[in-house]
Amino acid sequence: MKLLGPAARWIEERAGIGAALAPALTHAVPRSTASWWYVFGSATLALFMLQIATGICLALVYVPAADQAYQSLEYLNYQAPFGWYLRAVHFWGSNAMVMVMTLHMIQVFLFGAHKYPRELTWIVGVLLFACTLGMAFTGQILRWDQDAYWGLGIGASIAARSPVIGEAVVHALLGGPIIAGRTLSRFFSVHVFLIPGILIGLIGLHLWLVLRLGINEWPMPGRAVDRDTYRQRYEEEVHRDGVPFFPVAARKDMIGMAVVILAVLAAAAVFGPHGPRGVPDPTIIDTVPRPDFYFLSLFALFALLPPWTETVLLLAGPPLAIGLLLILPFVAGTGEKSWRRRPVSVLAVILIVLIVTTLAGLGVKAPWSPVMNAWSGLPTPVAYVLGRTPLELQGALVLQNKQCRNCHSLGGEGGLRGPALDDVATRMTRDQLIHQVLQGGGNMPAYGKNLSPAEVTALVAFMQTMRPAGEPPARPPVDPVPPTR
Amino acid sequence: MCAGHESMLPPPSPSSTRRGFLFRLGLALNAIAGVLVAIPVVGYILGPVRRAGAQAWIALGPVGDFPEGETRFAVYENPFRVAWDGPTAKVACWVRRLPDEKFQVFAVNCAHLGCPVRWFPQSRLFMCPCHGGAYYEDGSRASGPPPRGLFEYEYRVRDGQLWVRGGEIPTLSEPA
Repeated sequence: MKLLGPAARWIEERAGIGAALAPALTHAVPRSTASWWYVFGSATLALFMLQIATGICLALVYVPAADQAYQSLEYLNYQAPFGWYLRAVHFWGSNAMVMVMTLHMIQVFLFGAHKYPRELTWIVGVLLFACTLGMAFTGQILRWDQDAYWGLGIGASIAARSPVIGEAVVHALLGGPIIAGRTLSRFFSVHVFLIPGILIGLIGLHLWLVLRLGINEWPMPGRAVDRDTYRQRYEEEVHRDGVPFFPVAARKDMIGMAVVILAVLAAAAVFGPHGPRGVPDPTIIDTVPRPDFYFLSLFALFALLPPWTETVLLLAGPPLAIGLLLILPFVAGTGEKSWRRRPVSVLAVILIVLIVTTLAGLGVKAPWSPVMNAWSGLPTPVAYVLGRTPLELQGALVLQNKQCRNCHSLGGEGGLRGPALDDVATRMTRDQLIHQVLQGGGNMPAYGKNLSPAEVTALVAFMQTMRPAGEPPARPPVDPVPPTR
Repeated sequence: MCAGHESMLPPPSPSSTRRGFLFRLGLALNAIAGVLVAIPVVGYILGPVRRAGAQAWIALGPVGDFPEGETRFAVYENPFRVAWDGPTAKVACWVRRLPDEKFQVFAVNCAHLGCPVRWFPQSRLFMCPCHGGAYYEDGSRASGPPPRGLFEYEYRVRDGQLWVRGGEIPTLSEPA
């Protein structure tokens, strides 16, 4: 207090803010919580403040109108002083916020912080998580490039699958019957006013609950939560072995906050801003739309779900996932808190993390997507044309010209949607190859109408040469049961 | 609440009907004001919903631009455009010309999740870059996740011009 200047003392004497905040800052917390494991929440808050600061800056220049948004982003990237850097910080900050928030959620779940009496804190946290994902989706729309346009197309297509109200939902979402100027204004308003307002209110509630109920103590195996005794035991622990939050626990929080901010600043400086990737002109269809990383796992899921489950899972999946998180404290509100005594919870976390990261990894690679320019852009491996007959060479041309390589790879290059053709002759006989090409099947289109008999003959002749040296060709299947009279 | 503060409150008495009336009046007036604010706000936000089914006939160009047996890329301008739509006012489609002035006009949006399909005349297939849907030249589903064939626009030929009915994003709930 002695360090305060006369001006600060003058304000404090009248406003009393320091005196009002002091108890909240110095309140006692269990010594066990002054731990590095407890820094993710404050780090998320720091990233949110960084997003607000950079977001306000970007809005000073960004034009939320469909005909000029793209140009204003290019202006930010190339002309506005530090514009590229603020865009980069906002982008990498959003990535970091989703990641650190996820870590925070996993930590509090494994430490049993969702149990009595902190159920409401958890519920508010789940809502914060949902709002943050909402910010991520709306933010990527504001980039108003081809990814944004087709991402909206995907959002509208999902919404349209809802029974009865599908069309109305699409129109409400897009602000009209089609993705256009009114759509961008809508998403701008939601991203800049609506969700941030909700977020600020929920963060206030979240922090209030943490202060009122006390930070979750480090869970001890065997010390189960009981509604009748928990709060008294917590008070006793704080009384017996408490430390003031500021500065004992807060110094680790402060370091955590600084580390994530510095990491975002560094990533922004090294990798720069993301996009915009191409003018959002829907007549430029030579595009490969991809979502930002937080939605890569969903993107992968959309490609891999069996079609008959798709509509149900697309519509019911997200509300179900959020709903499960929301009811978690009601089904598991008491009992053991320590992860050492909660094997199912630990397995669930591992399983979910593995599923999401595996799907996201697949989403980066997108093996289900045809490689649109493989047929015209990739060379036929030399080994596959050396010493081949004219008919076989003709077949190699057919394979290239009919876009087979958009889905099938040769020599490791080409699409991954269908099997690689390098050793197809060891798997299929001539008759099977002809049948597969003409009739399709197993997720392959039928080419019967699109190939002349001469082309089929040449193509199959070429594919029959496709086997590694020393491996025998496929043999016709033999009927295992000898024919009986 | 401290005792001294409480003693300053007026004692509740049955004779305070005027105060009770004022309190209830305050509640009622605010409720009315709230509803009067909510009506235009909700109507405004849901305004676009009422335009359901908004479609109009648009000329795609002379019939002669679309040679028989071929599938051509065509672009039209959204009939409900606003001045600030910019490039998003444009809409793309695929026009397949059949014999006898018969056409098939396909939406560019994949029936799976709306990504833009591309036509490959060599293999006579439409392919989608997002999740790997593929369609035959007549728009029927060939492979991949789409639950149906490509969306087709209603069309007609008038005065040598090909017209389509469009202006709405084609989806499973409103298939063009």
